[in-house]
Amino acid sequence: MTTANVMTLEVLRWIVLLPLLACLVNLVLGARLGKRGAGLLACAAVGASFAISLYVFSLLPASGAFGDTLYTWIDSGSLQVKVAFRVDALTAVMLLVVTGIGFLIHIYSLGYMGHDEGMVRFFIYLNLFIFFMLVLVMGDNLLLLFVGWEGVGLCSYLLIGYWYRDHQNAIAGNKAFIVNRIGDFGFVLGILLLVTELGRQGMWTLDFVELQKHAGLLSPDKILLITLLLFIGACGKSAQIPLFVWLPDAMAGPTPVSALIHAATMVTAGVYMTARLHFLFSLAPLTLSLIALIGAATAFFAATVALTQTDIKRVLAYSTVSQLGYMFLAVGVGAYSAAIFHLFTHAFFKACLFLGCGSVIHSMGGEQDMRKMGGLKLYLPTTYWTYVIATLAICGVPFTAGFFSKDLILWQVFSSAHGSRGLWGLGWLTAGMTAFYMFRQLFMVFHGSCRGDAHQRAHLHESPSVMTVPLLLLAVGSIFTGWLGAPEYLWGSRWEPWLQPVFGGTHDAHHGHLVDELVLMVLTLAIVGLGIGIAYVSYCRGGKTPERLSAISGGAPYRVLLNKYYVDELYDFLLVRPFTLCSRWLAEVFDRRVIDGAVNGVAHSARALSSLWRTMQTGNVQHYLVGFLAGTLALLAFYLGQQ
Amino acid sequence: MAAISLHHYLVLSAIVFSIGVIGVLIRRNLIVNLMSIELMLNAVNLTFIAFSHTLDSMAGQVMVFFVMAVAAAEAVIGLAIIIAVFRHRQSLDPQEMQLLKW
Repeated sequence: MTTANVMTLEVLRWIVLLPLLACLVNLVLGARLGKRGAGLLACAAVGASFAISLYVFSLLPASGAFGDTLYTWIDSGSLQVKVAFRVDALTAVMLLVVTGIGFLIHIYSLGYMGHDEGMVRFFIYLNLFIFFMLVLVMGDNLLLLFVGWEGVGLCSYLLIGYWYRDHQNAIAGNKAFIVNRIGDFGFVLGILLLVTELGRQGMWTLDFVELQKHAGLLSPDKILLITLLLFIGACGKSAQIPLFVWLPDAMAGPTPVSALIHAATMVTAGVYMTARLHFLFSLAPLTLSLIALIGAATAFFAATVALTQTDIKRVLAYSTVSQLGYMFLAVGVGAYSAAIFHLFTHAFFKACLFLGCGSVIHSMGGEQDMRKMGGLKLYLPTTYWTYVIATLAICGVPFTAGFFSKDLILWQVFSSAHGSRGLWGLGWLTAGMTAFYMFRQLFMVFHGSCRGDAHQRAHLHESPSVMTVPLLLLAVGSIFTGWLGAPEYLWGSRWEPWLQPVFGGTHDAHHGHLVDELVLMVLTLAIVGLGIGIAYVSYCRGGKTPERLSAISGGAPYRVLLNKYYVDELYDFLLVRPFTLCSRWLAEVFDRRVIDGAVNGVAHSARALSSLWRTMQTGNVQHYLVGFLAGTLALLAFYLGQQ
Repeated sequence: MAAISLHHYLVLSAIVFSIGVIGVLIRRNLIVNLMSIELMLNAVNLTFIAFSHTLDSMAGQVMVFFVMAVAAAEAVIGLAIIIAVFRHRQSLDPQEMQLLKW
């Protein structure tokens, strides 16, 4: 249970405020500071936040929380909403991910964006993002979480369309923003319903601790509705079926942004939110089953799409969607700490992959098509080795981070009361496909011979150390972060006891047989090995497997995957086009005929009426005098008649 | 021969007033219009005097002096305007002065 012993720690506010301050300073003085100065200031602010986070983390007792109240935001009757931050075990994890990985990516961006003329603007957005993300994870009530939630959405939009001169990027930004709006709509409705329903029971509150205390007051059907609505919000933010379409397009933004926002932090906000409100979700088994189902389906379908993509960043984008699916699968079976564990490890290896991918793109002069790469391991050795480590981690090779977190999820799915073998099967297949597409990417990019043009080949170079050092650190994290959550048969988990005070006994972790767990682990390793093997034979040994696979039933399945199941086209046909047509009709017919018609009609009729009246005004004094006389006589007759 | 009563004065005054009204309304010469207005004012004066005499009160006569003073001022200003208008337009027909309209 979330503990009652909250200690005030005033330093918390500076974790949040420092990035905001740096953002404001850069906003006002950025041009004077210059690109380098602005970048360093931004890095320093996030670095300081990270240092404070570490300090707070070191102070945090096993079961307790730190709080810091800034001021009362809303004071309306018995409803009080404070701007207050709170750090418990769950928030501490998120805090370290956001500030730690954020810091590394800030440093990386110094190198990556060094030649970009809008670098000051880039760092302003990036700091603003960190600020909102910290509000999201540290807010002690649902409303503050929502503020952060919307703020990171805004920053995501701004950064996807960062190179706004290219129309395609602006469209991708719009798509992300609009799809997120759909999710946020559900989220807002969920919050409102939760607050009003609790208020009806006499508890007006948005505070997480209070909510948890009084969640039992709600009726089951209301909880079902609330959690479903909240989950729609999570679907939007964390790119789950059916709202995942924005994330692959979001790769239009600069690569550090893809790493920070669209892989490591923002997209995991949905997982964080469901984990934070686990006490509600646990009361709605139906919602949990739905979440598990959607998570598994998303993991599976995104992985199948990733098999065929040729854009280096799109493969990683679908891989992110797929891994987020894993996290929701874990949430759905009630294994919240496993979900947060995978979130944690995923942040490291996916950030490492994206940054490595940025290093490759940087070196190839902006090329993103994997078919034009190859043989890069000779030219980018550091990038190559970090990429290998992160790839091994995401595939779940033993003793890398992904091995521990993914296996934990699969084991929980198999053994938990909410899980099932079908869901486990989907997750298992996904693990195999993940191994295949990640090694396919690794071989296509780094092995063989370079397929780029002469100009690109001449300019291949390893990135500067400002970019490779973050890569190395993340690669180290991609291995060792997983060791915190080792299964019982190795050295045991330090992860579960850490989060236990937050999630309590929402699931009992080790209630299966050790033999089952080992068998499952071996099965997973087998399919991972198979995936790697197929990739090796196909893309390293020049095997014909890809051609043969893509030619199955006339190539139809291949085309479906290559075109991402035509989901974009389907949405375009079902939603976007009718909506656009309707809007166009409204703009060109309804607005012009009806709205303008009404306004003009009023004016016209006033004019027609007055053109009758104005003939009275002849300008001839004698005519007026006749009127004057008639009026006088009428008045006279009236008064005389009265007497 | 019957004595001239208040009634007679009032009827005469009404007749003169009506002539003035008709003159203002139908004549096409500003000077005649002005004279017609004087006619109306004097018809009213006649009424005042008649009542003053009948009721044996000085208030009516005092009023008449006011009216005469105002009428004199009015005539002066009116004639000045008429002369200005005539210099400008070489015409005194009120029907031609219709600029002040929509």
